[in-house]
Amino acid sequence: MDRNYIYGAIAVMAGVTYLIRMLPLVLSRKEITSRFVKSFLYYVPYACLAGMTFPAILLAPGNIICGCAGFAAALIAAYYENSLLKVAVCACAAVFVVERLMVFMSLL
Amino acid sequence: MRQEAFKKGIHDGIPIGLGYFAVAFTFGIMGISNGLSIWQVTLISLTNLTSAGQFAGLGIIAAGGSYAEIAISQLIINLRYCLMSFSIAQKMDRRYPWFHRFFVAFGVTDEIFGISAAAPGRLSPYYSYGAMCMAIPGWTLGTFAGAFTGGLLPSFIMNALSVAIYGMFLAVVIPPAKKEKPVFAVVLAAMALGTLFTFAPLLSEISSGFRIIIITVLVAGIAAAVHPIEENPEKEKEAA
Repeated sequence: MDRNYIYGAIAVMAGVTYLIRMLPLVLSRKEITSRFVKSFLYYVPYACLAGMTFPAILLAPGNIICGCAGFAAALIAAYYENSLLKVAVCACAAVFVVERLMVFMSLL
Repeated sequence: MRQEAFKKGIHDGIPIGLGYFAVAFTFGIMGISNGLSIWQVTLISLTNLTSAGQFAGLGIIAAGGSYAEIAISQLIINLRYCLMSFSIAQKMDRRYPWFHRFFVAFGVTDEIFGISAAAPGRLSPYYSYGAMCMAIPGWTLGTFAGAFTGGLLPSFIMNALSVAIYGMFLAVVIPPAKKEKPVFAVVLAAMALGTLFTFAPLLSEISSGFRIIIITVLVAGIAAAVHPIEENPEKEKEAA
């Protein structure tokens, strides 16, 4: 891949992300008052994270059954409000176990 | 007083740094498998310090997307930091010089915002610096370690690690979805649209960056129109 393109892309990412964080902190002396804008910003992380997660999590391990196992494990762990790290580990462990199981069964 | 705030920031930042290391590890692996060098993927983590945005940006870079696409995707996905920075701006201790805000801004992540919002009283910039001293090395070194060892790990380990970042996203999304019906609807709708955009003809042609922008703006916009959040005077008092 073109190195200049990649470094340019990294600079764009870093610049935009920093400006989003910096401008409100440095410039704002008031709170946002628009109820719609506040509500929109409130829902943004949930829409964005959920949209990125599903169905990508099913396809990520390269095998849809393993993906389903990882998704199910993460859902259960998250439902019981475990820490970010624990939920991530549960998902990985489920994929690992199911894949090993599938390999083992295909050997029989 | 500065030292005390700094120490408390470090203390509260330790679990964040550890969690970041683990998740960044998988980001490093993904960067390598998307054709970036170890140095490039580590540089992304050092300069961006954000999970969802980097992850989307990586997909666009791998697909050779335009800078405009990258900028818009970062703007939309990271727009939540805007709200967090507004909130932190209210809470900052005004006895410290203004220039601190330029540095505190760099460390506004979901998790650092979380502990900053929860810390009692006014926010000292030194508290943020303490937390950043744990979070930034955790995130950057985790990425480096993942990128460095990723190619050496057997494929079944890589497959297992590939779901870690999604697991983390679910850990953020599911608990509030359980408690608040509108959030539950938002999560469900975004996942349904994600499925549609992945498999439906024509729609699946849209690049991953724009896909996530469309889904986020559409779902969050409709949710904000249909079910605006309650004005919470208690919360505002706390932030002020």
